[in-house]
Amino acid sequence: MEKFISITTSAVPLPQENIDTDQIIPARFLKATNRDGFGENLFRDWRYHKDGSLNDEFVLNNNTYKGQILIAGHNFGCGSSREHAAWALSDYGFKVIVSSFFADIFKGNALNNGVLPIQVSPEFLDSLLMTVKNKPETQIDINLEQQYIYLTSTGEKENFEIDAYKKTCLMNGYDDIDFLLSKTSEIEKFENQRELSRVSD
Amino acid sequence: MSKTLFDKVWDAHVVHTIKDGPQVLYIDKHLIHEVTSPQAFKELEQRNVPIFRPKQIVATADHNTPTKDQHLPIKDELSRKQLKQLSENCKKHDIELYQLGHKYNGIVHVMAPELGITQPGMSIVCGDSHTSTHGAFGSIAFGIGTSQVAQVFASQCLLLTKPKSMRIRVNGQLKKGVQPKDVILYIISKIGTNAGTGYFCEYAGDVFEAMSMEGRMTVCNMSIEMGARGGMIAPDETTFDYVKGRTFAPQGEEWNQKLKYWKSLPTENDAVFDKEYSFEADDIEPMITFGTNPGMGIKVNQHIPNSNDTSFEKALNYMNFQKGESLVDKPINYVFIGSCTNSRIEDFRVAADFVKGKKKADHVTAWLVPGSKQVEKQIEDEGLKAIFSEAGFELRQPGCSACLAMNDDKIPAGEYCVSTSNRNFEGRQGQGSRTLLASPLLAAATAIEGKIVDITKHLN
Ligand code: SF4
Repeated sequence: MEKFISITTSAVPLPQENIDTDQIIPARFLKATNRDGFGENLFRDWRYHKDGSLNDEFVLNNNTYKGQILIAGHNFGCGSSREHAAWALSDYGFKVIVSSFFADIFKGNALNNGVLPIQVSPEFLDSLLMTVKNKPETQIDINLEQQYIYLTSTGEKENFEIDAYKKTCLMNGYDDIDFLLSKTSEIEKFENQRELSRVSD
Repeated sequence: MSKTLFDKVWDAHVVHTIKDGPQVLYIDKHLIHEVTSPQAFKELEQRNVPIFRPKQIVATADHNTPTKDQHLPIKDELSRKQLKQLSENCKKHDIELYQLGHKYNGIVHVMAPELGITQPGMSIVCGDSHTSTHGAFGSIAFGIGTSQVAQVFASQCLLLTKPKSMRIRVNGQLKKGVQPKDVILYIISKIGTNAGTGYFCEYAGDVFEAMSMEGRMTVCNMSIEMGARGGMIAPDETTFDYVKGRTFAPQGEEWNQKLKYWKSLPTENDAVFDKEYSFEADDIEPMITFGTNPGMGIKVNQHIPNSNDTSFEKALNYMNFQKGESLVDKPINYVFIGSCTNSRIEDFRVAADFVKGKKKADHVTAWLVPGSKQVEKQIEDEGLKAIFSEAGFELRQPGCSACLAMNDDKIPAGEYCVSTSNRNFEGRQGQGSRTLLASPLLAAATAIEGKIVDITKHLN
């Protein structure tokens, strides 16, 4: 996994609530057996009309908005556990998703793929969306080490929470498999003890 | 401190606790399917790490499978490839696979409980959010992403922060015609689609105590639709009767030992939850959804509420419904009875009971998709197949089918479908399709009448 420490970039606003993983990547694109190329179909049914033509009204098709941050409405990533949603966002080029609330499984999936989900207060989210909408070139600083998000143009800043263990993983590019493999003997001991207590019960 | 059911099962699986960090949780059963496993197998191969406990993994093919002519080679090339990959991976790593056509094949959340793989007190995971279904047995069961599938492959464990606990009580007796599906749609409409995020939810009270295992599975299945990682119901005689004698259930002395343990699991009287909700059975009526998330539900004879919220308006616009209107008498062209929420034998019995001696409306396409080969067989053995075919319903072969439209079972753009599945997201049942979630009873009635009916009137 790539290391994540800090970035400064512009953002794409998508102020829709309850964006579910079926919208992020529709099921018909889940037939692939590897992790690459999902970015092409990110938000597929919002990006394209049914006849296959581009939907000019959708924000990803609007050249005004660019950057590695996606700012989305409340309860982002609800629904299916498909990690393909995180792969699609990352493959498309997003490194950070900002929302006032994330669904559990999505949050874990994002973190496992080096995509940082940042939960901010609803007020900060509103003001962030407003600023970015009016001034698309606004640069946003994301600092994982010090856990803050900062708008260079307005000086607004908010701290965010992240599990200390996950933070270390992201900053060092480690993943959970490495850690779990280091615990194999403890896991085996746990299995043996359970088996013993069952037999002697 | 007094413990909840959730605490007891969770704590019994903790292998290691990282200071100020997550815990290493041991996983008893790992269920896999064709869509979310291939990348995890690849990951392990790339790292040259073997599968740690292949005997604790069970595989089935369900999401991407056709529901017609399952004996023939799959036409869709990508689907065929995905299933082939699953077979190869399972063979290579010595994992039990119930491939398409196998007598144990079915939707992962239908086949595992009916085979007795799912048991109380277990920890169960699957790369699928509706793994919450298995919590109906008093196990902790939850959906995981593919990276986590790889973690369980490698270590039979996961790194997790213990979720908070919540309890939803529903006391009293359900009215006639009110199904388990209505209970859970009602709860989600009351508390919203993210009330459970960060929590494991225990369902308690008279209503769940009186419910069959099939009904409990329907309820726990949809826990994820209110954001909860999992749902649970305390194991009791109903649970033990269901598990006993099933193919992979414990037997003899092992059964007695396990039973003793299972009986010790229910939440203690003075245990404290982080959050509690309480509802009265009396207030619950047959439900239907009108929007694009499962929280947008109303009693079938109620009117669509008024709200000026932009997401609400976007949803109504997608559904082509108006604020304040009633759904009763809306013409419907598609009905789907299936999915891991409502494709068990009890669901088909309820539908058949209503349909018996009637005919579906001419303009309706009504698909019945059993959750497993075993359910398919039961439908035949119990004579339900004849009832359905006389009524003009189309009985298909087991799989996820029109629940997520990965195969050919798609609802056309713009069409309404009254569906017993769990998600009414935009395009979930096919690009541009419009889903109304309901119980098997309301779905069956819709197929007969060709429009949404106030089922409460029919019953009285
Ligand atoms: S039936 Fe639907 S919800 Fe259930 S596992 Fe299959 S796709 Fe998922």
